[in-house]
Amino acid sequence: MTNILKSVLLFLLLSFGFNNHFLSQDTIYVCSACETKTITSALNNVNSGGTIIVKEGVYLEKTLIIKKPVNLIGINYPVIDGKNQKKELIVIASDSVSIDGFQIQNVGHSYIEDLAGVRVQRKKYFSITNNIFYNAMYAIYLEYCGNGIVSNNKIIGNAKNEVSSGNGIHAWYCKNLHIENNHIEKHRDGIYFEFVKNSTIIGNISKNNLRYGLHFMFSNNDNYYDNEFINNGAGVAVMFSKEIEMYRNVFADNWGSSSYGLLLKEINDAKIMHNTFTKNTIGIRVEGANRIDYLQNNFIGNGWGIKISGGCYTNKINKNNFIANSFDLSLQSSSNDNNFDGNYWSSYSGYDLNRDKIGDIPYRPVKMFNYIVNRTPETMVLLRSLFIDIINFSEKVSPVFTPVNVFDSKPYMKKIIF
Amino acid sequence: MLKILKYAFFDLIRSRWSYTYFLFYFIITFSLLYLSADLSKVIISLMNIILVLSPLIASIFGVIYYYNSREFTELLLAQPIKRSNIFIGQYLGLVFSLTVSLLLGLLIPFAIYGIFYNSEIWNFVILIIAGVFLTFIFAGFSYNIALHNENKIKGFGFAILIWLLLAVAYDGIFLLALVTFSDYPLEKFALFATALNPIDLSRILILLKLDISALMGYTGAVFNNFFGAAKGMIISGLSLFFWTIIPLAMIIRKSSKKDF
Repeated sequence: MTNILKSVLLFLLLSFGFNNHFLSQDTIYVCSACETKTITSALNNVNSGGTIIVKEGVYLEKTLIIKKPVNLIGINYPVIDGKNQKKELIVIASDSVSIDGFQIQNVGHSYIEDLAGVRVQRKKYFSITNNIFYNAMYAIYLEYCGNGIVSNNKIIGNAKNEVSSGNGIHAWYCKNLHIENNHIEKHRDGIYFEFVKNSTIIGNISKNNLRYGLHFMFSNNDNYYDNEFINNGAGVAVMFSKEIEMYRNVFADNWGSSSYGLLLKEINDAKIMHNTFTKNTIGIRVEGANRIDYLQNNFIGNGWGIKISGGCYTNKINKNNFIANSFDLSLQSSSNDNNFDGNYWSSYSGYDLNRDKIGDIPYRPVKMFNYIVNRTPETMVLLRSLFIDIINFSEKVSPVFTPVNVFDSKPYMKKIIF
Repeated sequence: MLKILKYAFFDLIRSRWSYTYFLFYFIITFSLLYLSADLSKVIISLMNIILVLSPLIASIFGVIYYYNSREFTELLLAQPIKRSNIFIGQYLGLVFSLTVSLLLGLLIPFAIYGIFYNSEIWNFVILIIAGVFLTFIFAGFSYNIALHNENKIKGFGFAILIWLLLAVAYDGIFLLALVTFSDYPLEKFALFATALNPIDLSRILILLKLDISALMGYTGAVFNNFFGAAKGMIISGLSLFFWTIIPLAMIIRKSSKKDF
């Protein structure tokens, strides 16, 4: 909530600030027939707080370094082309800069430097909106900055392998960012957060990226809502972070041997609610995550719904729907401190005599076959075989290999609607 | 051959067993659909039933039909008809009648529940293909067994034994082998052993549609190559086809040499 307030405040501040400047300062037009023909010279001549309006055309210029507050507005997507040379295209080195409506393309790839389409260096109150990025190593690179908006950008990369490619939106040591409605494809990570605090990611689509759709490292108190992560190396990785809220996102079609919808590694106190995980190899992979609430999520048709390794304590997994997953839950630990009550499991076969919509016998989501596949992965070819059903059944009757205290004591009889 | 096929087919389709078989699938499918409107869940439940039952029924029917129509076969043998025509005609007549029962039993309830307008249609088609292949293969096995054994009890015993072996015991031995030798690279062995059992093959064929996301969870390159592309579908489909051809060839070979 505080974050939403902050972003509203930030927006007001931005628009108010710019309007103020707009009235008092001049405007420069840039086009091939105009008086000013290059953006560089416009940047030199414009007054602080002024506006530069760039008309349609292709602009091949040196790195544009913006050293004063200015609004850079493109009409009909003027093209800023780097011709794959090893240089950056726009560097924001002033507070209160906005860039809107450009097509920024062909940033060179380097193994030594991180080259970016737009880089923001140690500044605040920037906004990067409505731009199109093609073939950039990094499209937007934010370092040591704060209170910025990145929204409605279309970012299409050209990543071939993890070593030579960069991220769509890369944020490092930032706070109070607002990233909304961007469409990011074919980068290493769609959105990358490292040491980023109090930021919000809303309504983005991140797909076909080599590594993660969204990647958190050491970033605390961030939220992401209503995003879609489709067909990435893995959907979202949240590592070494605290107090992240993940609501209403879609994680789909993340396939592969080390592929997850959501990877949680060494994270604490997060909330995962109302998300949908469909057809991922693993819906959520959990390693060393504590005090996390998984409430009212849908897990549909995944290989594994949730796969939990040892060292995960006090997690609550309640009111989720587990529908037609090959394995609902895998837990590789003998002791269990997590709560699995009150979910709907489509493979539950119990009965409800008192008609309170809750099954009368507990459901054990960890199957014998789970244990076998963990030991000998090749046995996967026997999935859904009659023999496997028989041993699963006998294990269900008297658990020997599967953890005894992992069960749902109040399984729902029907799909939970929320 | 067509005439014998036609005769055997109509003879069987009028029999009460065909109706029972049809009604069995019809009622099972209907009740499953009635209990859960989720088509993909029903397809998974039906998969387990079809993979076990259609081989069993095909085996038993095949043996019964051969022994029951033995006198008629002897009569036909006295006529100037090629032996292979007689036996292949009877075999196909039997298989077609079983297939019709299976197809109608599944198709009518699913059609009523609107499978043709559902995205699950391809999973359903694969399920039916697997069921039909299994009927062909196991009817072929049982026909061979009956041709080799004059003794009815022995023939029945063998047919059931083959079914039990392939439907249940094979996977047990297979699993035991995989677990015992888990220190060795087993990917190729696992795929090869799967191809040696038509029931496992049909199961894999269905899994490739239904559970592909879990199958991709394994790290090995051979598996990923097999499961990852259309290759897996094509190879398992072709292997099933070979499994259909082999018993048929054996029927022709045995019947041309057999002394009646």
